[in-house]
Amino acid sequence: MDNLLSIVTFIPLIAAVILALFLRGEDEAAQLAAKRVALATTVATFLISIVIYVQFDPSNPGFQMVEEHKWIGGFNYKLGVDGISILFVLLTTFLMPLVIGASWNVNTRVKEYMIAFLVLETLMIAVFSALDLVLFYVVFEAGLIPMFLIIGIWGGKERIYASFKFFLYTLLGSVLMLVAIIAMYLEAGTTDIPTLLTHSFPSTTITILGWHIKGGMQTLLFLAFLASFAVKLPMWPVHTWLPDAHVQAPTAGSVVLAAILLKMGGYGFLRFSLPMFPDASALLAPFMMWLGVIAVIYTSLVALMQEDMKKLIAYSSVAHMGLVTMGVFAATRQGVDGAIFQMISHGFISGALFLCVGVVYDRMHTREIAAYGGLVNRMPAYALIFMLFTLANVGLPGTSGFVGEFVTLVGVFEANSWVAFFAATGMILSAAYALWLYRRVIFGALIKESLKTITDMTAREKWIFAPLVVMTILLGVYPALVFDIIGPSVEALLEGYKTALAGTAQAALQLAIN
Amino acid sequence: METIILFAPLLGAIISGFGYKLVGERLAITTATALLFLAAALSWVVFLGFDGTTQQIPIMRWIESGSLSTDWAIRLDRLTTIMLVVVTTVSSLVHLYSFGYMKDDPQFGEGESYMPRFFAYLSFFTFAMLMLVTSDNLLQMYFGWEGVGVASYLLIGFYYRKPSAGAAAMKAFIVNRVGDFGFALGIFATYYMVDSINFSDVFAAGPKLAESSIHFLWMDLNAAEAIAFLLFIGAMGKSAQLFLHTWLPDAMEGPTPVSALIHAATMVTAGVFLVSRMSPLFEHAPGTLAFVTVIGAVTAFVAASIGLVQNDIKRVIAYSTMSQLGYMFAAAGVGVYQAAMFHLFTHAFFKAMLFLGAGSVITAMHHEQDMRNYGALRRKIPVTFWAMIIGTLAITGVGIPASLIKLGDTPIGFAGFVSKDSIIESTFAAGAGVGHFAFVLLVLAAAMTAFYSWRLIFMTFYGTPKGDRHAHEHAHESPMVMLIPLIVLAVGSVFAGMIWFGDFVGEKAHEFFGSAIFTGPENEVLHLSHSIPEWAALSPFVAMVVGFLLAWQFYIRKPQAPAVLARHLAPLYQLLLNKYYFDEIYDFVFVRTAKWLGRFLWKKGDGAVIDGTINGVALGLVPRVTRFVQRIQSGYVYHYALATVVGVVALVTWVSISGGTH
Repeated sequence: MDNLLSIVTFIPLIAAVILALFLRGEDEAAQLAAKRVALATTVATFLISIVIYVQFDPSNPGFQMVEEHKWIGGFNYKLGVDGISILFVLLTTFLMPLVIGASWNVNTRVKEYMIAFLVLETLMIAVFSALDLVLFYVVFEAGLIPMFLIIGIWGGKERIYASFKFFLYTLLGSVLMLVAIIAMYLEAGTTDIPTLLTHSFPSTTITILGWHIKGGMQTLLFLAFLASFAVKLPMWPVHTWLPDAHVQAPTAGSVVLAAILLKMGGYGFLRFSLPMFPDASALLAPFMMWLGVIAVIYTSLVALMQEDMKKLIAYSSVAHMGLVTMGVFAATRQGVDGAIFQMISHGFISGALFLCVGVVYDRMHTREIAAYGGLVNRMPAYALIFMLFTLANVGLPGTSGFVGEFVTLVGVFEANSWVAFFAATGMILSAAYALWLYRRVIFGALIKESLKTITDMTAREKWIFAPLVVMTILLGVYPALVFDIIGPSVEALLEGYKTALAGTAQAALQLAIN
Repeated sequence: METIILFAPLLGAIISGFGYKLVGERLAITTATALLFLAAALSWVVFLGFDGTTQQIPIMRWIESGSLSTDWAIRLDRLTTIMLVVVTTVSSLVHLYSFGYMKDDPQFGEGESYMPRFFAYLSFFTFAMLMLVTSDNLLQMYFGWEGVGVASYLLIGFYYRKPSAGAAAMKAFIVNRVGDFGFALGIFATYYMVDSINFSDVFAAGPKLAESSIHFLWMDLNAAEAIAFLLFIGAMGKSAQLFLHTWLPDAMEGPTPVSALIHAATMVTAGVFLVSRMSPLFEHAPGTLAFVTVIGAVTAFVAASIGLVQNDIKRVIAYSTMSQLGYMFAAAGVGVYQAAMFHLFTHAFFKAMLFLGAGSVITAMHHEQDMRNYGALRRKIPVTFWAMIIGTLAITGVGIPASLIKLGDTPIGFAGFVSKDSIIESTFAAGAGVGHFAFVLLVLAAAMTAFYSWRLIFMTFYGTPKGDRHAHEHAHESPMVMLIPLIVLAVGSVFAGMIWFGDFVGEKAHEFFGSAIFTGPENEVLHLSHSIPEWAALSPFVAMVVGFLLAWQFYIRKPQAPAVLARHLAPLYQLLLNKYYFDEIYDFVFVRTAKWLGRFLWKKGDGAVIDGTINGVALGLVPRVTRFVQRIQSGYVYHYALATVVGVVALVTWVSISGGTH
């Protein structure tokens, strides 16, 4: 099968179309049918995606399973995966069945809900496997539409404000990225990503309206992409949409948002910023790393004071993504390896944490921390699961959270000990906010009347958590499952990056001699 | 065999924690305990049969990224074997003891299955501790390091209904994380300099590190000094040394067997183990070693002084532990890692016993922990009494001064006497400067040790019954499962010092430790410590006698004297009673500042500045969009989609016109 990637990408979309065309009615049977179709589809997608994993040759750092077809107006439809992207595809397909399972209690506009998630899955997989810039842009931006709808229709009370904020943030980024893509096409004459990766964009200083711009075109392109990726990741200070969006999104929406959508920003840095604009990256790396440091400390402190469980976890996500930014722009082997690992790991852990909030939200319809306390008395299984992911979130060795954090910081230390020093304070702060949350929700005597009849997790809920528990511990104990896959591609990426920088330095030297 | 020792406790934890519903509570916890005894038996076999050659036993790959490559593996050398017997012996006895102590716990109601959870945590702790001591690289050590931290967190918070337990658990974890922050930076720096974090490579790089410098923050530092210092920060956290010690007294919120196992015999000694394990590095870092000595000696002194006035029986022992750990660091700091390890070894016996004895008193007195409500218990609980006496003789260092009578080369005395004297002698032998500074503080601390230890005995077992009469009337001796561990540990407290003196710090020491402990060519402190002036060698003995006599004077002869003295020295008394106000200062400086900053950044930073700006930018747009939104619920989505589509269509059209991408 040489069009495996397309198959995996489009199965969810096809299922969505089938649901849209053939499923009628809002009765219980129709609802159940919609859920079953969605679950079967996502499971099938996952199973097929395993074949991609099996067929993938980790020793080959280049793109594999490449498919290329003529598409609209002279553009190409081109898909492929390398060591950097394949795991994001798998992360997506792995999580989607769990997301659908976690939505089993949804009972309004179920068909539309499932369609939104299925379409979203197709778009997300396409983002990570697109090898054409225009295709990437289209799916990258289009992915927001189902997310808007999920928040806007199935969200909480303030959903309009949250989506609107999200929209405002994203708009500027997407316009700038579009302009950058046009500029890149003009410069390189192609939108083919593998070709662009070998193209060297000019980096000589240019002057616009009296402003000297070091790094020239590369810097401008870098900043334009940054406008988009920084919002997505999100980086400080463009992160404030995330807590609002999370709070308003339904549980499943939060899971997808935290576990997958955020990763598009980090993936973008690795696919575009670092390899295509190496000079600009080197120039701006300290700036990027310091933004990462600020994110870690700032959002960890803010997380400490949150009164809403989801907001707390959302802020914690921003802190963790700060680490990713640092790792990528440290541009060392461990930094980049760690950043990718951290993104994958965070996919499982943050997804699980949002599911944890969902479990009690479904029962009590509040996310206010003060409304809970002493849950361990009636929900021992829940207390155990929540404990595990709390500890994973604070980077306990033996869980995947530790590996990502540790390897990233090793890489960052090589690049800049100041950055590593301040970033490592996040270890202390994360323990503070996470354990305090846990203590307030789980520990203590069960005093509140409203909680006296709360029930422990159902079998369905346990089954949703089981795969996440397995992955979190498995990757913590045997992280080679990830590092073996990403290693050669990361190696090649950094080799190219360093060669490009050396080339520029050489050219500058030549210029100086002449 | 080593692999079995390592994984038996993990298996026990899993069976006890998850399997008890299948096999029943009783069988589950019995299995966990049996597995621990198996591990202990095998550990003694390994310890006694160890031939001195370092072995490395790989288990599985772990983190591999570029040249960073670490395995799960076992490193077996003398240090490992010592720790194996200490950990598994105390742990198995504590498991056994818990059968009695944890039965019918008043914190839990009828029919609540808390025992399997308790045993699972204990076994899990033991597993993590064994991972720490058997590690072959810094990373696996860090795994064990944080693993024991989690176990400690879970066990301190075991009585989850008590708010104080939850707070203490959290505090323990977070304060330890401050130490771990240093430890982690130490690992990063090691990798940066050595390009490996496996012990063999790091040890081999010791001399090179001593010659290299590392740029850290704004400083250019000697690499060996910087790495050793950062690692020691980790040791300070785990071993509750001054400034990072505030969690240990609060950790007494956990059940008493936990205090004996984790907060006395094993986990808190991990810092001492770390420094000894890294001796090939620390020997090249004289500056850091001096710092270790000073911190150790000051901690020994300060903790002992706080212990003088505490009234909670467990807190007295907790401060005593902190103080004894200070002794160990002082020894390591002057380069006599052997004496540090020796004291670690003997301390495990008598300190675990003191805690278990205290637990026996607490059960006898219906969970009363305030010594002011004890008194005259020696006839009610005679076995406990005698065990506590032996423990006290051991910790205060009772023995015959070596200059008078010796058994061959071995001094005659209780375990603590032999090991503590070798520490104090080492600090003296280390010479002027930090050595003598430590010597003075440690001798003074020895006097205070004798005072607070005997104070505990006198308040508990002598005098008249105080407090709840009902509790005194019903006071009864503990069951055999609790007494057997006490007796075993008592035997150790008497003989462990004399049996192993020659091996640990005597003439056979270098052969005994082999390559596990590295001492620089000019480090002859251990050798010199055997021939210090008589007055110096006698001084700890004299201090011990003075401490005992004072305690006797204050608590037997004139029981009203302490109150009078406290009144006369009120400021000093308050300072000690309030533990030098560390908690209050930390709360003010760190906790409140962090909370204030968090709230400020949230409300002002995120709220006013960032969102304010964005709302400002969008000011013209907001009302219109809002109106738009009101008409079509999610209209902006279409607006957005439209913008994207228009953009793409424009691009496509234009590219088509200009002839395609190829």
